[in-house]
Amino acid sequence: MYETIYHKPGTLQEAVSLFAEVEEAAYLSGGHTLIPTMKGRLAAPAHLIDVRRIPELSGITVGPDRIIIGAATTHATVAASEKIRALVPSLCGLAGSIGDVQVRHVGTIGGSVANNDPAADYPAAVLALDSTLHTDRRSIPASEYFDGLYSTALEPGEILVRIEFKVPEIAGYAKFRNPASRYALAAAFVARHRDGNIRVAITGAGNAGVFRWAEAETALQAQFEPNAVKGLLPDDNDLMGDMHAPADYRAHLVGVVTRRAVEHLGGTVIE
Amino acid sequence: MSNVAITVNGTPHTKEIEDRTLLVQFLRDHLGLTGTHVGCDTTQCGACTVIVDGKAVKSCTILAASIEGASVTTIEGLADGEKLHDVQAAFHEHHGLQCGFCTPGMIMASVNIIERHDGVLDETTVRHELEGNLCRCTGYHNIIKAVLSASEKYRTAHAAAAA
Repeated sequence: MYETIYHKPGTLQEAVSLFAEVEEAAYLSGGHTLIPTMKGRLAAPAHLIDVRRIPELSGITVGPDRIIIGAATTHATVAASEKIRALVPSLCGLAGSIGDVQVRHVGTIGGSVANNDPAADYPAAVLALDSTLHTDRRSIPASEYFDGLYSTALEPGEILVRIEFKVPEIAGYAKFRNPASRYALAAAFVARHRDGNIRVAITGAGNAGVFRWAEAETALQAQFEPNAVKGLLPDDNDLMGDMHAPADYRAHLVGVVTRRAVEHLGGTVIE
Repeated sequence: MSNVAITVNGTPHTKEIEDRTLLVQFLRDHLGLTGTHVGCDTTQCGACTVIVDGKAVKSCTILAASIEGASVTTIEGLADGEKLHDVQAAFHEHHGLQCGFCTPGMIMASVNIIERHDGVLDETTVRHELEGNLCRCTGYHNIIKAVLSASEKYRTAHAAAAA
């Protein structure tokens, strides 16, 4: 790792000002992507601005129709939250399926959603639960937030402060892992909202990152049961193909995980 | 450079370190506590697992400066003089190691698993919770036996203490 200067601001204002003042800064949250990347010398920020001590980024607020999670909340905290589990057990299950125990103790929801790894779990929940991403300067609807691989609508220096999920009537999350890396080769978050709208968000498979699978949404809107998506496949031109899984295999897996998510609505996570 | 104060195995330490210093480097290179191992250096193998404020973490992926004021337990902090910690004793008794390289991380992760579950564990839970610790000798069966045995002992001891 190249040399870097570590900062731990106590307020949002201090963090944003610092980012503007210094050259080549990066925000640090759990750091479980950024630090390995820095160790591999694939990133070399001259300044690291740790956002975990900023009070606005902490805490979980649960209302009847909203779940608001501070960006610096660890995966372990979300996984163990009884308040969240009572409303959306699949959100706890998703958080508890990320990485391993040690990673979940440190990695944060904000870090994951700001990094937008195409195989990350949280982006699927953010999109399927029609979320709003609150930053230090504005609120961004999930539909306008994800912007391709490792890319989001966040501007340089903008801090993701909290994520507001809509509580659905029911939801399910199913994941098929790469057996070696344990990352999702394909995972589906399916939610039926209280207004009757169904959202199907797919992660791990899209060649532009997380996406809503419109055909599956239409099919499930007509008939909300596993068989509704039987035989349905996304266009494999839109999917990643690599040494782990060619695009047509990923398309097949997308169908499988979507069906499984619908089969296990109301559960935690199915693998 | 930053002046960083961290309590390790009950002893407070303050060191002037480069900001890029990882917790594992702080422990090994600055405090000479080489029981914590670096296996993969990529957050996968868990050989560097230590407990920070009650949570098992991978010390190769945490900046020492970011845990200023924290309390860290490493493998060196478990035994009471010559008397091994129950989890260490269980690894010995059940031959929960082959080459031994992953053992410090396995033991620290296991201590944390047993504490977080109050000693109430089954094989499936132990295997799931040890996902972040790799044994390249693939000696998992005896590791699981050791953890289950130590958790039994923990439960019995705590039940006796509560009675």
